[in-house]
Amino acid sequence: MTASIHVEGLDKSFGPRAALCGIDFTIEAGEMVTLIGPSGSGKSTLLRHLIGLSRADHQSCSQVEVLGRTVQRYGRLLAAGRNQRRRSGYIFQQFNLVGRLSVLSNVLIGCLGAMPRWRSLTGRFNQKERDLALRALERVGIVGLAHQRANTLSGGQMQRVAIARTLVQDAEVIFADEPIASLDPRSAREVMEILQRINHEDGRTIVVTLHQVDVARRYCRRAIALKQGRLYYDGPIEGLTDARLQALYENAGLDELNSHNSRLEPAAPLHALG
Amino acid sequence: MIPTTTLDTQVRASKRSWRQLLGWIAAFAVLSWAWQGAEMAPGQLIANAGNMTTLTGDFFPPRFGNLGHYIDQMLVTIQIAIWGTLLAVLFAIPFGLLSSDNLAPWWINQPVRRLMDACRAINELVFAMLFVVAVGLGPFAGTMALFIHTTGVLAKLFSEAVEAADAGPMEGVRVTGAGRIEEIIFGLIPQVLPLWISVSLYRFESNIRSATVLGMVGGGGIGVALWETMRGFQYTETATIMLVIIVSVTLLDMASQQMRKRFI
Repeated sequence: MTASIHVEGLDKSFGPRAALCGIDFTIEAGEMVTLIGPSGSGKSTLLRHLIGLSRADHQSCSQVEVLGRTVQRYGRLLAAGRNQRRRSGYIFQQFNLVGRLSVLSNVLIGCLGAMPRWRSLTGRFNQKERDLALRALERVGIVGLAHQRANTLSGGQMQRVAIARTLVQDAEVIFADEPIASLDPRSAREVMEILQRINHEDGRTIVVTLHQVDVARRYCRRAIALKQGRLYYDGPIEGLTDARLQALYENAGLDELNSHNSRLEPAAPLHALG
Repeated sequence: MIPTTTLDTQVRASKRSWRQLLGWIAAFAVLSWAWQGAEMAPGQLIANAGNMTTLTGDFFPPRFGNLGHYIDQMLVTIQIAIWGTLLAVLFAIPFGLLSSDNLAPWWINQPVRRLMDACRAINELVFAMLFVVAVGLGPFAGTMALFIHTTGVLAKLFSEAVEAADAGPMEGVRVTGAGRIEEIIFGLIPQVLPLWISVSLYRFESNIRSATVLGMVGGGGIGVALWETMRGFQYTETATIMLVIIVSVTLLDMASQQMRKRFI
């Protein structure tokens, strides 16, 4: 298997506060990985670095590679063509749909990166693209809402639209930032099941940040846990035992983390993967 | 003994009343200074009441003999406003985007903003006088004057809408691999369009009002007739022109308001 995502020495600080500190990991193609940790642990910040929405610190040796392309190095984003960038998709907690456009138009936005410039600038989608969008909506179960305005939808439906957009985009890697944090339990389950299906059936690599441990256990085989911007655990989800979770979510264990200044403490061994 | 807290409150209260007093004095000073500069003389209104009655009487009865001509001129005025506003809208879109600090870096948005400030600072009438020199007397000079001034106004209003827009949908488009311009067209424009249409229609209303005086400096439209009849003391004709202006401005304001309501 080939590495899908490779992160090395990622440092990010907001002013004097370090948000991410020396993050290293590799994710193989086809994995479904959860990024887990308490609020403020840096999960979302990390995910934004993977897609290039945020830049790492300038004086760091940070490097992010996705699908063999260097997204950023030493805090500088590397330019890439639309064809490269469209290979990774992103799902937001707040959906980030365009409220005044129809559901179908919102999904068709996923095609923009692959269209010739004159068509993408004028919004001329052809029949093939429309069919693709409708099929994606069918897969996420809301093809009936295609012509409704996106801002009339419920949270769960909006998140499905966002997923359909990544399907149309044909993204090989999907980053999902707290995709279910604003949803009711039922919609949350449905959204996670759709993501799991995309992972199983299409073999897409999925990295999803979650803060509910039970959800992570149900859907993901591997967990990367962050605590206060440092990698706290990286290994099979079963290895994230109750004791370790307690340490993850409470202040206990922090001193250990700081005094060793490394992730390799006995309480939370790193599992080599790959 | 007085507790320190009470003392503190008392000191603070007296400080505040001092400040209030100073504020009132300053406000009064500005008002009386401006009163002198504006040579305000309400007494004149009463002293010259007879003059004003005579003048008002001169406007009546309005003469409708030339009504057809005045209506034609009013239509020219509206045509000036239509093209002046349309050109301004078309130019205000790129200038508005370029002067938004969430889209353009400071070394682009600052110069563009200053240029738009200049367009806005100078009144339409002044631009009309300049264009009369440049392109000659007539409606085209008036249209250009409205166009330049309105571009400055609309670019500012457009960019304020852009800066207040939600960045989320734009990020949503960006992460699909779409280019920067697609990001603006699909993620931003749908958000700001209702407001853009609304302020453009509002500027169209006020441009019709402005266009009625452009003729006074040679910019074409009903202002020419207005100025000529007033200079010739044909006040009964002036009255007719004013009626034409009032009726058409009111009707167009009402129509435009109805349209604006649909977009908000």
